[in-house]
Amino acid sequence: MLQVRDVRISYGRVPAVHGVSLSVAAGTIAAVVGANGAGKSTVLRAVSGLNRIDSGSIELDGKPIHDLPAHRRVPLGLSLVPEGRHLFPRLTVRRNLELGAFTRRDAREIRQSLEMVLETFPFLKDRQEQQAGTLSGGEQQMLAIGRGLMSRPRILLLDEPSWGVAPMLVARIFETILAINRTGVAVLLVEQNVQRALSIAHRATVIQTGRVVAEGSAAELLGSDLVRKAYLGL
Amino acid sequence: MTVELLLQTLLSGILFGLVYALVAIGLTLIFGVMDIVNFAHGEFLMFGMYAAFWAFALWGLDPIVTLPLTTLLLFAVGVAVYRLVIRRITDAPMLSQIFATFGLMIFFRGLAQYLWKPDFRSVDHTIVAGKVAFAGLQFGLPQVVAAGGAVLTTAAVWAFLRFTRLGAALEATAADKEAAALMGIDAQKMFALAWGIGAACAGVAGALLATYYPIFPEVGSTFILVAFVLVALGGFGSVVGAFWAGILVGIVEVMGGFLWDPAYKMVLVLSLYLIVVWFRPQGLMGKA
Repeated sequence: MLQVRDVRISYGRVPAVHGVSLSVAAGTIAAVVGANGAGKSTVLRAVSGLNRIDSGSIELDGKPIHDLPAHRRVPLGLSLVPEGRHLFPRLTVRRNLELGAFTRRDAREIRQSLEMVLETFPFLKDRQEQQAGTLSGGEQQMLAIGRGLMSRPRILLLDEPSWGVAPMLVARIFETILAINRTGVAVLLVEQNVQRALSIAHRATVIQTGRVVAEGSAAELLGSDLVRKAYLGL
Repeated sequence: MTVELLLQTLLSGILFGLVYALVAIGLTLIFGVMDIVNFAHGEFLMFGMYAAFWAFALWGLDPIVTLPLTTLLLFAVGVAVYRLVIRRITDAPMLSQIFATFGLMIFFRGLAQYLWKPDFRSVDHTIVAGKVAFAGLQFGLPQVVAAGGAVLTTAAVWAFLRFTRLGAALEATAADKEAAALMGIDAQKMFALAWGIGAACAGVAGALLATYYPIFPEVGSTFILVAFVLVALGGFGSVVGAFWAGILVGIVEVMGGFLWDPAYKMVLVLSLYLIVVWFRPQGLMGKA
C-alpha cells in the first residue's frame, strides 16, 4: 500500500537519511525502530509531506506522492499524528477533532467519525468544551490520535505515541493502536519503546544513523540475538 | 466642568476608539496568522476612503450605500497584495518582510498622490449627516454610524473565527502551521484569506470614516501608529484584545485631549501602552 524507496533526506545541507526503503501492507502495522536521532521521525515526516526528499520515491497505491504538499496527502488517506502531538492547545477538544475532519464535507459522516472517536476515548466525551492544552500528556496523545482518525485515514502514521505519556497510560495507547488496526486501518509506527512497538507490529524496520540495518517480521527481529543486542538495546 | 460634558467626551472617545479597533483587528489578524507586520495597513484604510470618495464624486453614491462594494474591493486588494508580493517573502528574513510591506506603504502613498493629487478631499454631504441627541448628550450621526458599523464588522470577524470551519482553519494555521497542514489545510489559502479579511476590515473603517474625516494620500499614517499600539496592547494576534484596546485608547486620547491639551494626547496613549507592556509584555489578552 505504502512504498518508500531509497529516500534521501537532508536538513539544509546536512544529510539525515541516506537511502531508506520500507513498505506497509494494507491492514498491517509496520514499526520503524532505532536509537534517538537515527532518522526515524525524518522518514515519517517525509511520508506525511512535512519534509521534502532529495531523491527516491514515496508511493501510495503505486502512485508517487512525494511531490504533493502535506495538505494534499490527507485526502488520499494519509494521516500523521506528529511527535509532540501538536494539538491546537487554545482550541477546545471538540474543535481539535473537527479540524481533523477538515478535508471532509459530509456532515453526517463526520458526526459518525466523531462518535467513533468518542467511543474509542470515552474520557473525551465530557471534556469536549475544555481547551486541549489543559489535558494531561497521555490524554493529549489520545486526543491527537483521535484527531488523526477524524480524516478517516487508510494509513495512520504515528510518531512516538508514547512520548511524554505516563507509564500507566502507555499500555492503553498501544492497545488502542491495535484496536484501530483491527478496524482495517494500516499503521506506520515510529517508536523508541522498541519492546512495545515490536509486540504489536507485524513487520519492522531497524534504522541506524539514517540507514536500514535490519528488516523483517517483528517476531524475527525480537528473536534475533544479533539485532536485539546490536541495535535494539534489549 | 459638568458631568454631561465629561460623559460626552468619554462616549466620543469610545465612538472613535471603536473605529481604531476595526483598523487594528485587520492588522492583528494578518500578524496572528502569518507573523508578518503589515506596514501598508494604513494604506488599505486610505484606499477604502478613496473608494468611498470616488463613488460619491463620480456617481453621487453615498459611502454607506457603497460600503459592501468597498469591502469586496479591499478584500480583493488584500488577496492581490498577498499573491503578488507577500507570498514571495513568507519564509524570508524578518528584515526583508519589513522592507517589503514598508515599501508597499510608500508605493501606495505615492500612487495615491500621483493618481488623485495630494489635496484634502471630503464627502460633503451624506445620508448620515446630522446629530443624534441622547440623554442630554449630542453626537454627530456619522461618528455614531461609523462606530456602529465598526462594532458590527468586528463582531462578524469574531463570529467567523469562532463558529465557521474556515475560521477554525485560520486559527489553526495561526497556532501551528505544520499541524494545520496535517489537517489538510492549505496554508497559502489561509494566508490569502487573512490578507483579504484584514484589508477588508481596514476598507470598511475607511468607508465609514469617509463620511466625516478628510481624505488624503497620507491619511493612513494617522491611524497606523495607533493601530500598532492596539495590536501590541491587545496582545499580538488577539482580535478581542485589539477591540478592547481600541476602546481604551479612544477614551484616553479624547479624554486626555479634553482634560489636558490635545497636543499631548498621543503622549498619554503611548504612556498607557508603555505601562501596560511593562507589566504585561504579552498585552492585555495575548498568550503568555
